[in-house]
Amino acid sequence: MRYAMAIDTLKCVGCSDCVVACQIENKVPVGYCRDWVTETVSGTYPQLELELRSERCNHCDNAPCVRCCPTGASHIVEGGIVLVTPDECIGCGACIESCPYDARFSHPDGYVDKCTFCIHRVKEGKQPACVSVCPTKCMYFGDMDDPNSEISNILARRKHKVLAPEAGTKPQVYYLI
Amino acid sequence: MNEELFISGRDIPHIDPNLEIWHWPIALYLFLGGLAAGILFFAALYTIRGQEKELPTAVKWATFIVPFALIIGLIALIIDLKHPLYAWQLYMTIRIESPMSWGAWTLLAVTPLSMIWAASYIRELWPKFDWRFEILRKFEAWVQKNRLPLAWIMIVLAVILGIYTGILLSAFNARPLWNTSILGPLFLVSGLSTGAATIMWMSKNEQEQALFRRIDLLLIVIELFFIIHLFMGFLAGSQVKIEAAKLFLGGEFTAPFWIFVVIIGLVFPAILEILEMRGRKIPVSIPAICILIGGLIFRIIMVEAGQITRFLY
Repeated sequence: MRYAMAIDTLKCVGCSDCVVACQIENKVPVGYCRDWVTETVSGTYPQLELELRSERCNHCDNAPCVRCCPTGASHIVEGGIVLVTPDECIGCGACIESCPYDARFSHPDGYVDKCTFCIHRVKEGKQPACVSVCPTKCMYFGDMDDPNSEISNILARRKHKVLAPEAGTKPQVYYLI
Repeated sequence: MNEELFISGRDIPHIDPNLEIWHWPIALYLFLGGLAAGILFFAALYTIRGQEKELPTAVKWATFIVPFALIIGLIALIIDLKHPLYAWQLYMTIRIESPMSWGAWTLLAVTPLSMIWAASYIRELWPKFDWRFEILRKFEAWVQKNRLPLAWIMIVLAVILGIYTGILLSAFNARPLWNTSILGPLFLVSGLSTGAATIMWMSKNEQEQALFRRIDLLLIVIELFFIIHLFMGFLAGSQVKIEAAKLFLGGEFTAPFWIFVVIIGLVFPAILEILEMRGRKIPVSIPAICILIGGLIFRIIMVEAGQITRFLY
């Protein structure tokens, strides 16, 4: 079992529904977010290239946040999902420093918080909140170890990339390009 | 042109636009940890070499600073925790891969050891003092008898403590300025240098001062070499490393780094020490204070600047 997400940058319109859905589903405190939409514009007018990406924790295979956590609060559960146990977190900030994606933040209650791939929904057989609300259906979530899953198929067919592969984290959120 | 913005809006406290999770308490702790490591290292070294008589400041007097430095450092660390009531979780596990974990365990060993070390010299330095309880007197006698094995433990712990303050930062792949293996040795040498400067400053013994002046000069030269080495490594590295080096070579940290850390903290005291060795009379406090201030500013700058550097995608 290896959960992963694929996001089609060619279909995404940057509406930020995924961000709002996550904030509501996970009761993210006001002013914080576990996912966000980045717009990258490159080139020189009139040859401009625009890319929209819904970003979040990459649930890395080689997660630096888990490696540097001094208490074991940051850990990896079955399916490769990286989680934080609030009662074990001392709020030292080492994992926040270690994340090349700046995907973690310090929750106002003191512990470190981040995307959980909506593990509580996944356990019930549902899709993560962000995926389920996407109006353009540009997000895919599923098991990479199952060759017949939708995500395995689309990653086999489409050209894709990950963010900052040179950081060596083996991220598991893929962007279809 | 390459422009990147968060169109969903993102302004998370301490994360955006630049990471500011670690503040001055971390820098202060790294400084005090390095200073404590330096003093303990020399105390243990000259105990092992049997020079307690010739070098009383290094072995005895200066070690009284260490427990205070470590306790202030620990308070600074706890101030910086966002979930401090759970700090005991550090001691529920040992995580080999996490420098912060073995740093926490090292502190747990080195703080009481430094207290015991200093306490065992109280009666020698202040003969009127009395331990009052028989058990404390017995414990003191035991420590005094076992100073040599304790010194061996202490020298190992001091090196781990000194090098850990650098490795703590260098383990973060995501912050290119920190992610260099030279940072551990650089922080260790800087910590030893601040320790040597403190001993030199406190010492009233000409020969001891002269010895620590020579040691300090050597450490400054090594530190300057490591700093050059650090930038050489960055400039020969990947784009993110080059960007990190540029912060100090024309970027926003250029002036504070080269003026306060390199000139005031290293070159100027080195010149004063050379002049002193050539026979000029220079108050020992001037180079010592410069080295201590330089060491503190070095850590403040490294903590601040490191959090600005990041991977771009």
